Amino acid sequence: MAEITMLEGIRQALFEEMDRDPAVVALGEDIGVFGGAFKVTEGLLARFGPERVIDTPISETAIVGAACGMSYLGLRPVAEMQFIDFIACCFNQVTNFLAKSHYRWGAPVPLVLRGPSGGSVHGGPFHSANPEMYFVHTPGLKVVYPSTAYDAKGLLKSAIRDNNPVLFFEHKFLYRRIKEEIPSGDYTVPIGKAVIRRQGNDLTIISYAAAAHTSLEAAEQLGREGIDAEVMDLRTLLPLDRESILASLKKTNKLLIVHEDTRTGGIAGEIAAIVCEGAFEDLDGPILRVTALDTPVPYSPPLEHRFLPNAEKIVAAARALAKY
Amino acid sequence: MAVDVVMPQMGESIFEGTITKWLKKPGDKIERDEPLFEISTDKVDAEIPSPAAGVLKEVKVNEGQTVPVQTVVATIEAGGAAAQTAPSPAKQAPAPVPAQAKAEPPPSSASAPAARMPSPPPGAAAEQAHARAASGEKIRSSPLVRRIAREHNIDLAQVPGTGAGGRVSKRDILEAVEGTTARPTQTPAPPVGGAIPFRAPTGPSPLPPGGAAQSTAAFETAVPREKLYFGHYEVQPMSVMRQKIAEHMVLSKRVSPHVYSVDEVDLTGIAALRAKTKEKFEQAAGTKLTFMPFFVRAAVEALRAFPTVNASVDGTNVVLHKEANIGIAVALDWGLIVPVIKNAEEKNFLGTARAINDLAERARAKKLKPEEVAESTFSITNPGVFGGLFGLPIINQPNVAILGLGTIEKRPVVIDDAIAIRSMVYLTLSYDHRVVDGATAHQFMGRLKHSLENWSESIL
Repeated sequence: MAEITMLEGIRQALFEEMDRDPAVVALGEDIGVFGGAFKVTEGLLARFGPERVIDTPISETAIVGAACGMSYLGLRPVAEMQFIDFIACCFNQVTNFLAKSHYRWGAPVPLVLRGPSGGSVHGGPFHSANPEMYFVHTPGLKVVYPSTAYDAKGLLKSAIRDNNPVLFFEHKFLYRRIKEEIPSGDYTVPIGKAVIRRQGNDLTIISYAAAAHTSLEAAEQLGREGIDAEVMDLRTLLPLDRESILASLKKTNKLLIVHEDTRTGGIAGEIAAIVCEGAFEDLDGPILRVTALDTPVPYSPPLEHRFLPNAEKIVAAARALAKY
Repeated sequence: MAVDVVMPQMGESIFEGTITKWLKKPGDKIERDEPLFEISTDKVDAEIPSPAAGVLKEVKVNEGQTVPVQTVVATIEAGGAAAQTAPSPAKQAPAPVPAQAKAEPPPSSASAPAARMPSPPPGAAAEQAHARAASGEKIRSSPLVRRIAREHNIDLAQVPGTGAGGRVSKRDILEAVEGTTARPTQTPAPPVGGAIPFRAPTGPSPLPPGGAAQSTAAFETAVPREKLYFGHYEVQPMSVMRQKIAEHMVLSKRVSPHVYSVDEVDLTGIAALRAKTKEKFEQAAGTKLTFMPFFVRAAVEALRAFPTVNASVDGTNVVLHKEANIGIAVALDWGLIVPVIKNAEEKNFLGTARAINDLAERARAKKLKPEEVAESTFSITNPGVFGGLFGLPIINQPNVAILGLGTIEKRPVVIDDAIAIRSMVYLTLSYDHRVVDGATAHQFMGRLKHSLENWSESIL
């Protein structure tokens, strides 16, 4: 067992799944010869050859359209968006073809669409996006957004083996910053299951991706102030783990939701509605959110810092909630 | 030994106070009489000194919370931590016991210090809850708290709230659940008469009692609330002082039919006298020489001549005050306060000047005592200090008149068909026409003008 980064976890999942199942193929811009913009696919071409590791033209529509066709014919493609921001270019392919094929034509789409996402890297408005909610709003898709090396590897394997189209978001700030020991050999992490990262009694903080780490940092600080926060990492946004959300809320009775996605239309609103519908009489305070601001991701580092949620903002909201 | 710090009673008719700021954190050392926290009440903002030397152990009431007087707001560990160890209570016990022995049987020695600890929660809290219920105030809680209350048959009005804004929190209701199972025979006293009157009435009064009705009038909006919010804005909650000012102003305008009169007074003589004497005065007296004591002295004299201006209204009675207690409006960065020069009729010029300067300084330092902002019989305000030509002030209740001073400036004036340059001021009188008629008001102002224009009193 060695310590590996989240990026390495993703790479291992690709290698192991392509080894395990000859139907798995990879395609995307510069994923072959160059090894990918972030080197996630480094070595893949040398190992599996150009028929299974395909460098594509710069056209997201073509990438997803081709992958969709491959999946109709029995392959299990893993397509990469060089930056997830560009998924907007193939919105039609994703929402009308990937999401609806099975429903309309009985044609399952066992496909994974993955790509580096999120901010904190001064990437500016076109290289920092968190577009997950467009797709959480699209029935027929699954949306996964892990925060650890273990989960990234296990969830990617589950995604590749899933018979539904799975959008797999990889937070690029976490790629090389998160390290952990993971078990050798094959394992998977189930899609649709949240995990409690920290047990607590006073309030629940629900989060995912990089914001889950920020939430944990805030929870440690809150712990020193005598506020005992539980931190839940959603890991999968669609389907959402309602059971775990309601169970934690029923334990702590107070809820704070933190996400790096912008505020309006973020998953926090959906979770708040689930809680109001399913556990209104367990609420001992308002459901609060700490999120990014409703603007594009600023390029300027101080503006980006202001834009993103951070531990300080989370602690302030949690304090108010604990006191309520 | 732990010493409880309580919310002090800052005046007879004050029943609660808001902690606006803690000046020490738990764990901080503190000397006796060193400022510990700041409060805001109906009447004053004040710094509260520590009742003991030691270490601030626990803060029980957070900033922004309002609690009844005598509520324990903090504890101080006096005289070091040794007092907390087991053997010391027994050693300390003999000291307090003899004093108590006369009044009551001596408690068993081991529990003596504990028995002496004040334990206000059940009674005081229940009273607070009663007061709240009786006043018809909405009880704040949460869906969870309401569910627990329903499941355990608990009347939320009886549960003291410690959450934000007095909200009944999960912890409060769980404590109440434990309390009811532990004390099944608990029979809360009926709330009849439980509510504490806002002000103790001393006779028939036409003024409505304070509280909800008064507040509602003060905080009405003239247009639907949603029309207030447009463009870019920031919402600032009113401080306690701001709310009180708003309430008092609305009430005054509603109760007293205001009439205004304006006079012009030639202050050339006083200005010259002040310029000539200022340095000498300030050296000899050790206090500033402003124009204000001239106005106060002249007003006192005029009030003695026209006692209906120095009065209050109680229903169909007019209360003529024998003292001339002059309220002086002092502008603060955070609001406005009106400290009162008591028995101004007994003070000479120097005493008046000293009293004004002392009150103004202490108002700005938040060091006024509650009795120093009460019992005015007439008030003076000075919009001129900020450049106002003249102002039409609102009467400071329960007075029936207020004098407004305009800015003092040189103006061309006709004297005996010649134009002269004189130091002039506009004085305004706002008066309550229920009691004071125009004739009286103008005679009062004439008297004031005469005193000021023909200043004869020695100022040193």
